Amino acid sequence: MSRLVPFFGFLALVALFAFGIWWNTEHDQSAIPSPLLNKPAPAFNLPKLYEPAQTVSKADLLGKPYLLNVFASWCIECGVEHPVLEAEGPSLGVVLVGYNYKDAPADAKRWLAQHGNPYNLLIADESGQTAIDFGVYGAPESFLVDARGVIRYKHIGPLTPDVVSQKLKPAIAAMLKEAK
Amino acid sequence: MTPELGQIALILALLLALAQGVLPLIGAWRGNRALMAVARPAAAGQAVFVAIAFGILVWAFLHFDFSLRYVADNSNLALPWYYRIAAVWGAHEGSLLLWILILNVWTVALAAFSQKLPEVFASRVLAVMGLVAVGFLAFIIFTSDPFGRLLPMPGDGADLNPVLQDPGMTFHPPVLYTGYVGFSVAFAFAIAGLLGGEMEQAWVRWARPWTNVAWAFLTLGIVAGSWWAYAELGWGGWWFWDPVENASFMPWLVGLALIHAQAVTEKRGSLRAWTILLSIFAFSLSLLGTFLVRSGVLTSVHAFASDPRRGIFILAFLTIVVGGSLLLYALRAPKVAGGKAFQLLSRETVLLIGNLMFTVAAAMVLLGTLFPLIGDALNMGRISVGPPYFGFLFPLLMLPVILLMPFGPFLRWGHGDTAAMKSLLLRVAIAAAACAIIAAFFVHGQIKAMVGVATGVWITVGVLLYAYKRWRDAPRGRRYPAEMAGMLLAHFGMAVFVAGVLLSESLSVSSDVRMAPGQSKNIGGYDLRFDGVQRTTGPNWHADQGVISVTRNGSQVTMMRPQKRTYAEDRVQTESAVDAGFTRDLYVALGEPMDASNIQGAWSLRLYYKPFIRWIWGGGVLMMLGGFVCATDRRFRIKRGVEETVDGSELLAQESRA
Repeated sequence: MSRLVPFFGFLALVALFAFGIWWNTEHDQSAIPSPLLNKPAPAFNLPKLYEPAQTVSKADLLGKPYLLNVFASWCIECGVEHPVLEAEGPSLGVVLVGYNYKDAPADAKRWLAQHGNPYNLLIADESGQTAIDFGVYGAPESFLVDARGVIRYKHIGPLTPDVVSQKLKPAIAAMLKEAK
Repeated sequence: MTPELGQIALILALLLALAQGVLPLIGAWRGNRALMAVARPAAAGQAVFVAIAFGILVWAFLHFDFSLRYVADNSNLALPWYYRIAAVWGAHEGSLLLWILILNVWTVALAAFSQKLPEVFASRVLAVMGLVAVGFLAFIIFTSDPFGRLLPMPGDGADLNPVLQDPGMTFHPPVLYTGYVGFSVAFAFAIAGLLGGEMEQAWVRWARPWTNVAWAFLTLGIVAGSWWAYAELGWGGWWFWDPVENASFMPWLVGLALIHAQAVTEKRGSLRAWTILLSIFAFSLSLLGTFLVRSGVLTSVHAFASDPRRGIFILAFLTIVVGGSLLLYALRAPKVAGGKAFQLLSRETVLLIGNLMFTVAAAMVLLGTLFPLIGDALNMGRISVGPPYFGFLFPLLMLPVILLMPFGPFLRWGHGDTAAMKSLLLRVAIAAAACAIIAAFFVHGQIKAMVGVATGVWITVGVLLYAYKRWRDAPRGRRYPAEMAGMLLAHFGMAVFVAGVLLSESLSVSSDVRMAPGQSKNIGGYDLRFDGVQRTTGPNWHADQGVISVTRNGSQVTMMRPQKRTYAEDRVQTESAVDAGFTRDLYVALGEPMDASNIQGAWSLRLYYKPFIRWIWGGGVLMMLGGFVCATDRRFRIKRGVEETVDGSELLAQESRA
């Protein structure tokens, strides 16, 4: 009987691994819970992309919900996401804030000129220092912030039409309903 | 058109692998020699087709065939040719193809060197190798096709991950895989032994050189990986207990246990079931490593992109191979504890303790690696145990091994000599204590460093005393058979390694500094003057390169040039500058400029002074050499007529080794 011990031990491992695979398919890696979720967005003060002399702070944006979209000209997936933002942006019902991440302003402007500009407001974080406070893993990432400055939803990776219709829009609807 | 030929070659290889895996088994079972004879030609044919597929992929990289998705994802026009070849195994699909190619090299070598083995046995061994190849070829063909097309074809590709653009990375994976895959040979021998059900243990002797060579390659692969992490990642560390590192370390530990268990089983006939079990474990852990790295169940700094389909496939394969073998083991393993009896004080006991420690250590590493997954399963959230857990438990488990190491060779098989052990204990203890006390003056009383010196001396004196005893007692020409020379070399390597680890960990000095051009910083007795940063370019990157002039007591030692490279798609990669030395390394990594718009100004820099760190890899290289030297022993050359289990020459060899 003792000779079966290694076999049963191995079966336990297999069960654990099968669970691991199931867990990873159920729990989208991009849905890593952000420690900032339902917490106030970090304070920031960043220059506007087109008027670097003017800065935008967290306080300036209070009062209206907004979607903070982290993008960069060097980021290939941002090119995938861009048409979705162009198409869906106006119908979202929130301010679309473009957060230009670790990018040379000239490159970012060229990229926007080429692909179109869906954003209502553009801010630039050239050094990437503020992004650290937001816990940004990379671009693209999107943060839905409510009128009181609380992060309500976070998405890592490109926004696809599916994500917009099934996750982002319900999150916006829930947020607006709660605000009333 | 050519890439499709690659696909066809893989499919043909799969068919031949099926023939190699199934027909000889039936032949061995039915006593049909024609079916058994299929094994060798099928193995050769499979190797040819896999080599063709591999060659086509290399050719596609060299000729910028961006119509292949894999090529477009992992190379671009600016990538130099040597990194385009390394890019073949730079991601999941190609590295699997390399895996299977190396498996074929092992199989062909086995087919060539097994001609003097009993036919039934050899065909079973080759069949098991064929079945392993079936699994991996199917894995490539069904889930990880490297020849997938990309339409429309892009004008230029992305880039090979800059982390992998390093000379160390070009040869680290092939060497590591050679080690991993090499354990399949010991596995195949063990399974063939179980299938045959022979009570004899002759197969263990045939398996020994293969195991030693595989283990030596794995050692070299791990050393290369550790060196690469040190030079490339810019953290100055050499081991991180990362899941991927652990995946290579677990088979290494079990392989180490297996090498010693095989020696006991071959010479004394004891521990037979244990040797079989370890043979299965060593290869299973190699497969498990593949699973962990590629299924995405664990997150790691260098995990491959994951795909649940792949995870399910490898898990199914793992279940069949490992579950099947363990079931076979449960049914067929030798029931009676055979072999010659041994007393408590004997070489067998010491080897057994070592074996247990290595196996428990491997289990400990496995548990620590899987901890985040277990946390998920028990709904405790993803928790990592990390270096504190490993750093505490591993040295604890290795302590008995280190303490017993000098005694192993001196102890006789069966029953040891108490008086001789006492005098040996006295000598090594005095030597170790004396050296530690002398060292105390140089290391300013740092306990960890003194322990490092004592441990190194403890093992080394044991090795030297044994070498001297052989020199005095054994007749000329028989003093150091290869097997013994290899053992002494590897044990000495362990001494160098442990001393290197403890000395470098306790005496290292590191400093994060902000330096303006012209400023100096003294570290470990060296003056490092920062001479500013310049722009420089390479074949496919541009970089900010710092210049640091190193002086000691006013005389120039060297110039160091750490870089911060930017590759395609703005991927930034640090290239640390290392001034290597026998007793110390100086290591400089370039941080960030204090003012991003002015690279001429001050920068943040990380400076390290790392004494004896090179001994860590030096020790590893010595262990590897030991493994190779052992494998060349004459006793392992197979003579025709393998019945001679314990004949005259064998007894003589045993006596001279006692």
